[in-house]
Amino acid sequence: MAAVKETVEQVKDIDVDKYKYGFTTDIEMVKAPKGLNEDIVRFISEKKEEPAWMLEWRLDAFERWKTMAEPEWANLTYKKPDFQDLYYYAAPKSTEGPKSLDEVDPELLETYAKLGIPLKEQAVLAGVEGARVAIDAVFDSVSVVTTFKDELAKAGVIFCSISEAMREHPELIQKYLGTVVPKSDNFYATLNSAVFSDGSFVYIPPGVRCPMELSTYFRINEENTGQFERTLIIADKGSYVSYLEGCTAPMRDENQLHAAVVELIALDDAEIKYSTVQNWYPGDKDGKGGVFNFVTKRGDCRGKNSKISWTQVETGSAITWKYPSCILRGDNSQGEFYSIAISNGMQQVDSGTKMVHLGKNTSSRIISKGISAGKSSNTYRGLVSAHRKASQARNFTQCDSLLIGDLCSAHTVPYIEAKNSSATFEHEATTSKISDDQMFYAQARGLNEEEAVALIVNGFAREVIQQLPMEFMAETQKLIGISLEGSVG
Amino acid sequence: MLEIKNLHVEVEGQPILNGIDLTVPKGEVHAIMGPNGSGKSTLSYVIAGKDDYDITKGDILWNGESILEMDPAERVAAGVFLAFQYPIEIPGVATMTFLRTAINSVRKARDEEELSIPDMMKLIQSQAKQLAVKPEMLKRGLNVGFSGGEKKRMEILQMALLNPGMCILDETDSGLDIDALRIVSEGVNALRGPDRSMLVITHYQRLLNYIVPDKVHVMSDGKIVKTGGKELALELEESGYAEYDEDAA
Ligand SMILES: Nc1ncnc2c1ncn2[C@@H]1O[C@H](COP(=O)(O)OP(=O)(O)OP(=O)(O)O)[C@@H](O)[C@H]1O
Ligand SMILES: [Mg+2]
Repeated sequence: MAAVKETVEQVKDIDVDKYKYGFTTDIEMVKAPKGLNEDIVRFISEKKEEPAWMLEWRLDAFERWKTMAEPEWANLTYKKPDFQDLYYYAAPKSTEGPKSLDEVDPELLETYAKLGIPLKEQAVLAGVEGARVAIDAVFDSVSVVTTFKDELAKAGVIFCSISEAMREHPELIQKYLGTVVPKSDNFYATLNSAVFSDGSFVYIPPGVRCPMELSTYFRINEENTGQFERTLIIADKGSYVSYLEGCTAPMRDENQLHAAVVELIALDDAEIKYSTVQNWYPGDKDGKGGVFNFVTKRGDCRGKNSKISWTQVETGSAITWKYPSCILRGDNSQGEFYSIAISNGMQQVDSGTKMVHLGKNTSSRIISKGISAGKSSNTYRGLVSAHRKASQARNFTQCDSLLIGDLCSAHTVPYIEAKNSSATFEHEATTSKISDDQMFYAQARGLNEEEAVALIVNGFAREVIQQLPMEFMAETQKLIGISLEGSVG
Repeated sequence: MLEIKNLHVEVEGQPILNGIDLTVPKGEVHAIMGPNGSGKSTLSYVIAGKDDYDITKGDILWNGESILEMDPAERVAAGVFLAFQYPIEIPGVATMTFLRTAINSVRKARDEEELSIPDMMKLIQSQAKQLAVKPEMLKRGLNVGFSGGEKKRMEILQMALLNPGMCILDETDSGLDIDALRIVSEGVNALRGPDRSMLVITHYQRLLNYIVPDKVHVMSDGKIVKTGGKELALELEESGYAEYDEDAA
């Protein structure tokens, strides 16, 4: 794979300025005042010109949130955010209503350039054949560029911001929003329900294979802006979609809160593949700064023979609290979770998945590769459960941890609940260290320490990397090198 | 030219090499023979720069300069290559990827231009063919599930690709079948030349019929106890190490 070579180069390029995405774009912002109360919820809803039922929905969530407490069961230690000291709405001023790319603030485009986005997009925007990836780029809270909508529309695919969907396709929003992650599901999801700013909406009509990978780049940009994206993807009967989510954030000192909600719904015979590469700012070497990522992602295999696959590469954030899950409701439905979670420095990761088997003859597969370096802590937390009626439920879980150095830790916390005696659940777990022999061998063939680590870790995570769409493979291999920078020597 | 001068090496306070003096001039091939545990692999690791060892005395010079302060990658870039007695497995890393990364890392360190992917593939494939390394093997994880003989051939393939001035072969012949022994020996002989020195560690005279050495050294208890011409290997085959090994005698 050519990308390994690139990994190696990338690792070398990174010297003093370790986090190359650590810059802040100077674009005028429109902010709501700091703090959270009913008026802020109303302000957000009004800004987005939402229908009355949406406002009611938000207010209801807000009422519930006020009675909830932040969960404490995860293996994470952090100073809880002061929810009254955050901004809940920020929109780049110049983007109130751009109709085309020409109207987009050039500085914003430059931001994307720095993020390395344009490589593909430039081609796409120039109309190059074979480079068709539609982007619904989210800059802070408001979608500013939405490309390819027309072409997708021809296939009947709806891919737009969720605020637009609320206006244009209210029947779909009302039918599906909150049906996978209920309004009061958990503290962070409820907060999101009250104040979510924007996010993506995808609907694939029956029998349609989405003609391109759908891709969203999220970016946190404004100081102190809590980020509350909301994504809703519906694959109607017999349809297929692959969705890519990639993120980077600028460097700063104050912790940034991020609490997204993603809901996936696959109806009969439909398939959704959802891939994430997350490399938000992890904080400096002393653990100062960095993103707090509390995200609720859940997929509902609502129809028979449906399938949902989560693939995630988690390299960033100071705190990660994330469990992309599958509800295997339809008979013969399948859920998959492929994960690479890398922690370095002072990062703390508590991530995993839930596979909830409800229908008959459902199967799930979990492949988790945790890599801990520095003084970080990396926990895999997974639940596999079979309901009483879930006859012949099958799960295979493979959970591997790799330790680099002596100061980090890895934990595996599997929960298994089988209420049906015909269920077959298999769990395998390994913990290993990069061996001195492997390091010496690679170095004796000319690789420096960091090249050797990047290569060995890429090998360790290969099974998951292979699940990623082509677009993300190279990026991921680079990221692995970058995120382990400074972990040896 | 490789010069090892009065080299003393300990592991955790335990002396293993007790004053090795050995010079391999440019273009010469020297063999080291000696009983199990006499320190042959230790010597090869120390030359390659493995850091589990305490060098308490002495020096190792490559082309007149001490290499003791260099890390393993710098040593291979300078031209000192070790083919391991026990090659290491790196799961998930395709052999081809590893070879490409290694070649370009070394080229970069030598201020040579990096090879383009097609040139690289051509180079690797033609060398692999000479050593009868099957193309499928290049797609598999490095050394993972390779047979003993396949691992050894992979070592020689890497040696050929990294173009070293000093080749150290630690028991490359162990585990090779008769055909593989011939193929590997031919590969090694093809690398012999006026600018390349070799240090061949082996237990068997047989290998030295193929790779005929300029000198043979006998190592025992961390010292070179005898040096002779290629006929010394034949003598050892007859009489064993008894006369050199205090403990065994
Ligand atoms: N890391 C280590 N820790 C402790 N003892 C060691 C270590 N490495 C080598 N030794 C010891 O040093 C001695 C020399 O070992 P070495 O592997 O160099 O022998 P060798 O000549 O290569 O033997 P063989 O012919 O069996 O390959 C042995 O007694 C071995 O047990
Ligand atoms: Mg040995």
